[in-house]
Amino acid sequence: MSDFIDWLLEPLQHHYNQRALVAALLIGFTNGYASAFVVLRRAALKVGSLSHALLPGIAVAILITGLSDWSAFVGGLIAALIVGLGSLAVSRGSRIDQDSALAILYTAAFSGGIVILRRLGVTNELSEWLFGNIMSMSNNDLWIAFIIATIALTTLTALQRPLVMMMFEPNVAASLGVPVRALNYVLMGLLILVLISSLQAVGCILALGLLVTPAAIMFLFTNSTSKLFWGGGIIGAVLSMSAIFIGWWLDLEQGPTIVLLLGIAFAIGFLISPRYGLFKR
Amino acid sequence: MAHEIHDECDHCGHHHELVVDGLVVNYRKTRAVENVSLATSCGNCVAFVGPNGAGKSTLLKSIAGLLQPNAGHILWRGTKVGKWSREIAYLPQREQIDWSFPITVRGVVEMGRYPQTGWWKSFQKKDDEVVERALDEMQLRDLADRQISELSGGQQQRAFIARALAQEAHVLLLDEPFTGLDRPAQEGLVTVLERLSTEGRLVIASHHELATVPDIFDEVLIMATHQVAFGNLSEVFNWENISAAYGDGLRRSPDLEAAFARVQKNRQEVSV
Repeated sequence: MSDFIDWLLEPLQHHYNQRALVAALLIGFTNGYASAFVVLRRAALKVGSLSHALLPGIAVAILITGLSDWSAFVGGLIAALIVGLGSLAVSRGSRIDQDSALAILYTAAFSGGIVILRRLGVTNELSEWLFGNIMSMSNNDLWIAFIIATIALTTLTALQRPLVMMMFEPNVAASLGVPVRALNYVLMGLLILVLISSLQAVGCILALGLLVTPAAIMFLFTNSTSKLFWGGGIIGAVLSMSAIFIGWWLDLEQGPTIVLLLGIAFAIGFLISPRYGLFKR
Repeated sequence: MAHEIHDECDHCGHHHELVVDGLVVNYRKTRAVENVSLATSCGNCVAFVGPNGAGKSTLLKSIAGLLQPNAGHILWRGTKVGKWSREIAYLPQREQIDWSFPITVRGVVEMGRYPQTGWWKSFQKKDDEVVERALDEMQLRDLADRQISELSGGQQQRAFIARALAQEAHVLLLDEPFTGLDRPAQEGLVTVLERLSTEGRLVIASHHELATVPDIFDEVLIMATHQVAFGNLSEVFNWENISAAYGDGLRRSPDLEAAFARVQKNRQEVSV
């Protein structure tokens, strides 16, 4: 019996597992909470494009300043903003719609990122930026995750009422005095920050899964927006932390395991949801 | 806001005016509304009619303060309509609304209190009372905790009107409120709109079913980007103006003919 408990708790003996658990808690909860906004805003594809746009920013940052957590953070942020605002400018200034503009800009930027990283000869890092490595969280990574979690959670909670109104019907919200355009920028900016916080853990491709799935699972079960936010946060945190243990016990890579667990949980929810699932009554 | 607090029009003895003067609005770089002028006041039920793309929705959005005029101006109670006003409620077309959004009927109605509560302030007793009264008036009390997709079309429309009541709006701007409603729901909505206007509110709706205009409205703006005519039904709702707006494509159907006849009959009754 005590052997079993030892085996259960063994992952906690290791320093990097403890760090990974803290990261999973911070990143999982923040992403899960924010995922409610992505699901309600129906912005999954947009956020997916922005997550890919992080890569060239990191590449250029490495090119200019060498590899460090902070430069990658700033580079990713700038690249996502350029792609996001650029697509807006293209759609406003021409007949190309914003989704098309976004697709053009982010694929071009993503390719640029790959070319630069290959040329720099940092192929190992390339796969790490693409798919993450939650087992090697540095102090700076944890700080970035913590600061972003604080900013995102307080802002999203404080602005919840006008944000929900905007996501429900922007014209009605505007006619009641909600500053719709400004809020839209704030929301997209926060979502980019949240994407960046999960970069080191799950990489820029899998980050999207963490920033969509948790609230999507809740959406199968609830009609309350606040349950969507908090429930999404709890699902994100619990499944991310579970993935650290499961990854250790079964010798699986932890980052992808997080997203895999979320996918499995969504599939189960889709099957058993009494009202909005496959076998709804 | 420049307007004094003033909640019920029928108690104040005079009528508040909405004046649109020489309005020009571009929408996505094309001219959507060209030189529209009208003056109406609380207690009226006004229809905006015209073919698709005539600028009806754009005009409604401009009055709601959602689009800025390129020329001309809109005055409500003598003051320019700025970005938005608590006293003017906007109800979008049904297909613009995401009905699967996780919100209850009460949640929709509570949005009407946003101008009072702002970002954070919690609901006061007065806010709750106003919301409950609005739910009662629109007969939604039993449905208040339902998710909005679980309602019928007529009930959904009433939920949005209840939101306007919770907002304590004087002017209700409705974009095609009758579209997609079945016959009983349409009749129910006519009763509701009549009551709102007789209680002293100004009801303005875009409307595409010409034959039913006389059953619902007492004033009409006939437009095709530019203004064809505005006034009482008996003065302007006739074949000359309608065909001028719709062009040759419109058939002079028996239903439409009957509608014109009803308008003229009412006119004679009034003059006798």
